[in-house]
Amino acid sequence: MQWTADKVQEEVVKLLRPFNPKGIEITSDTDLSADLFMDSVAAMNLVMEIEDRFEIDIPISLLPDVNSLQDLVDVVLAQLSKG
Amino acid sequence: MSLFDKYNQVNARHDRLVAAGRDPFNVCMDRIVSATEAIVDGREVILVGTNNYLGLTFDPDCIESTVEAIRREGTGTTGSRIANGTYASHRALEQEIAAFLGRRSAMVFPTGYQANLGVIAGLAGPKDIILLDSDSHASIYDGCRLSGATLIRFRHNSPADLDKRLERLKDDSSSKLVIVEGIYSMLGDQAPLDEFVDVKRRHPSVELLVDEAHSLGVFGDNGRGIAEAYGVEKDVDYVVGTFSKSLGAVGGFGASDNPEFEQLRFTSRPYMFTASSSPSSVATAMATLSKIKSQPQLRKQLWENARALYKGLSDLGFPICAAASPIIAVKLPSEEAAVFMWNALFSAGVYVNLALPPGTPDGSCLLRCSLSAAHTPAQVQRVCEVFDQAYRAMKVWRDTQSAAE
Repeated sequence: MQWTADKVQEEVVKLLRPFNPKGIEITSDTDLSADLFMDSVAAMNLVMEIEDRFEIDIPISLLPDVNSLQDLVDVVLAQLSKG
Repeated sequence: MSLFDKYNQVNARHDRLVAAGRDPFNVCMDRIVSATEAIVDGREVILVGTNNYLGLTFDPDCIESTVEAIRREGTGTTGSRIANGTYASHRALEQEIAAFLGRRSAMVFPTGYQANLGVIAGLAGPKDIILLDSDSHASIYDGCRLSGATLIRFRHNSPADLDKRLERLKDDSSSKLVIVEGIYSMLGDQAPLDEFVDVKRRHPSVELLVDEAHSLGVFGDNGRGIAEAYGVEKDVDYVVGTFSKSLGAVGGFGASDNPEFEQLRFTSRPYMFTASSSPSSVATAMATLSKIKSQPQLRKQLWENARALYKGLSDLGFPICAAASPIIAVKLPSEEAAVFMWNALFSAGVYVNLALPPGTPDGSCLLRCSLSAAHTPAQVQRVCEVFDQAYRAMKVWRDTQSAAE
């Protein structure tokens, strides 16, 4: 299927739910570490879920630059465009 | 702003840990009595977390040949092999390891950690792709980072996930290296190496590295590790291992049939720019390797002990993370429970490894035991009794805590 930025964001937010037990409102600016308290292990697990959902690979080297939801969506879009 | 500010959170966690009793990550053994016992604070402690699988650290023959090597070659080499030269004993050990594993060549490193750094960062470079098991040891992750390669993780012990990812990369012309471990150090679970090899065969240009750190001397009819146990050694391109577990020394190695493997001696920075292994480490590894070959009964004894502890703890109702193996990891419901039990075990004279997230898979809090061929049936039985007592004490403590809340 063709993924739009909005659709990617919607899917990523769904995948974020198990990592957001306090139900904090998620926007493009939400910081995964500071706002959702995700540690590096949780972040790696989330990445695997995202990889499965979009059928892409996200190399570990791209992760240090990912802070906000928007950063994550951008990485997904970039990897989708490679496929 | 201090350089150490970034550690505030982890430091606060460490303070909480220490406040609950002894520092589990800084136990000082006043005296080592044997492969399975030490004296701590004047009391005897049974060691069940040493990875001393074959119990060879006090073997009289190995000690004698090590002492003799120190007299002959001195206490240290004082430099790297490329600058200061290779000792004949380094070369002899490399030939011995290669012969034991049936490989064309082997390279020795000062530690197992450096063996992974040196082999991985030597083999892979910025234009290559490494696919690694997500539960890989820190030394594998660090070696991968040092290589500068593109790193893609696949789900732990999942050949299907690896296959899917290799399929996605089929049009990518980069060289690809897959890395798995024979047995994973925290949970003691084995890689399904035969299935990984099937995946590798479907993707012909891919090479496979297996870290046999915890499986060498433990698995296989000859103790060559998981690849031997599965009968797939020919499909494994690179083997990494350590001297600091079943071989009872300090050091590590890489081995391969690839004739180009020797190029790592002048291209791999962790090999080139570190002091070479000391004569004592080399002599010990040489001597203990010969024991692995000549005394298969040590492996048999190790497995008997492993099965006895597994059965003992299972019968007591403890949840164990993997099938019976010389690594037995007991899962605790919380960090507090694990820390309490670790302290209770230690106070009663049993030393196991406390393993907490993020160093463990799936956020598990573990009491990790590793068995040795040198453990006696009485020690194994005592460990089970102390686990039972510590668990009861933990339950009483937990009930008191919840009543107070």
